[in-house]
Amino acid sequence: MDGWEWLIVAIKCVVILLIFLGAPLILVLVERWTLGRLQSRIGPNRVGWSGTLQTAADGLKLGIKEDLIPRGADKLVFWFGPVFLVVPALAAWAIVPVGPKVGLGRDIGLWAVDLNVGILFFLAMGSLGVYGVVMSGWSSNSKYAHFGALRASAQVISYELIMGLAVLAVILYAGSLSLIDIVEQQRGLWFIVPQFVGFLLFVIAGVAETNRVPFDLPEAESEIVAGFHVEYSGMRFAMFFIAEYANIILISAIITTLYLGGWLGWTIPGMEGLTGIVWFALKTVAFIAMFLLLRAALPRLRYDQLMSFCWKFLMPIGIINVLLAAGLRMAWS
Amino acid sequence: MTDNLAEVIAFWYLAFMAVTGGVGVLALRNPVHSALSLVYVIFHVAGLFVILGAGFLAVVQIIVYAGAIVVLFLFTLMMLDMRGIAHERFVHRQLWLAVPLAVLLAIEAVFVGVGTPEVREAFLGAFPPQTISDLGGSTQAIAAVLFSEYLLPFEVASVLLLVAAIGAIILARRFDRELEAMPEAAEAGESGEAAS
Repeated sequence: MDGWEWLIVAIKCVVILLIFLGAPLILVLVERWTLGRLQSRIGPNRVGWSGTLQTAADGLKLGIKEDLIPRGADKLVFWFGPVFLVVPALAAWAIVPVGPKVGLGRDIGLWAVDLNVGILFFLAMGSLGVYGVVMSGWSSNSKYAHFGALRASAQVISYELIMGLAVLAVILYAGSLSLIDIVEQQRGLWFIVPQFVGFLLFVIAGVAETNRVPFDLPEAESEIVAGFHVEYSGMRFAMFFIAEYANIILISAIITTLYLGGWLGWTIPGMEGLTGIVWFALKTVAFIAMFLLLRAALPRLRYDQLMSFCWKFLMPIGIINVLLAAGLRMAWS
Repeated sequence: MTDNLAEVIAFWYLAFMAVTGGVGVLALRNPVHSALSLVYVIFHVAGLFVILGAGFLAVVQIIVYAGAIVVLFLFTLMMLDMRGIAHERFVHRQLWLAVPLAVLLAIEAVFVGVGTPEVREAFLGAFPPQTISDLGGSTQAIAAVLFSEYLLPFEVASVLLLVAAIGAIILARRFDRELEAMPEAAEAGESGEAAS
């Protein structure tokens, strides 16, 4: 690697970090506007033009607040809890391809790294997110946080399996674990067409993994106040927010990559890079919008419903889906 | 040369951290801290796999061990009341037996590793690096061995796991039937179910 390549890698990392920190700010605001409208109320409209600076103001407020640690808390684990939520969400962004290779003097791929085990890396980072929840819930020395953490760990372990099964079928079709290869394999036909069932499974599991409505039992405010992050305040609380919204964006990006052909779409010759990014962004934003609208539309599930839905309904469908996909692949080749 | 040096530094860092974490698993008083220390070990061992060029193993290590097994440990530990356990004896009574056995095992491992040519060859792996890159990477190389030479052990292991899973479910279910035998307990169980 020469100096230029190091520079390119550094630029990519900075861009990912900026998106990672900036996008949640915008997303929180959009969500509050949307929810406000859908619930026949106004939503944030005071700070800045129509409330545009509301999240920035909230962030500033959280930043200057005292960072409380409850008595009896396990200090070290309490400190590291939010870190373990944010870091995997950020690390997983390294493998997301936002566009094709572009030639700017040299070939630059619009992704941070092309891992040959890319999609497994995403699953690994997803399974690490649960540590942040468990650590913060356990160390808070609070019953509500404890229950939230227990619920979250059971839920994430269960729905991870569904996500894994859905991904397995995609891998069978693509014949590769690299996300770039998976996108390239969709040039003829997006995987949402042959893998519609798998797509639905992945979306459901994705909503459950991000602890969003209707699967937000770990933070069900009517039962356990705010779940695993009830004892957090100040900047540490803000980190939970950043992690949640970063995960929503990440899951949307991965759905786009696996099932909707990532950056593929109509292009203007010579502008493949730019149109690729635009297509990728459009598809991702559509799924982010779905996440927001789900929150407004659906009630929360009961805990036993959540578990039996996963193990008795989604699980068999997932297994059958993988078997069918394998059979079809065998028939083709 | 610089790549080699970086690899050596990475190896010693990862190895040192993994061993430190391993000591932490044993030495920390609080079981939850021990479990988190185990996660730390798993990470650094995954790092060792990465510098060996086995990315697939590294990722699977994290998914299976960190993502599933230790989470279940933590899940169980969180259900238990550990205030008493944290104050138990640090040095266990079986120490007099454990230390000689551990030393014996270490001597045996070194002896077999150094003295037997077959074992030394097995350390080098089934394929030389050239064959692995011809096959298209470590993932493909693992698949090539796992689904041909070691197919039977692989299938036996998966059947064994399935049996264990079914066994666990049946053991858990039997509790329900015992409850049914006792009318008042069954009522309590039902209302408990409705509440959960």
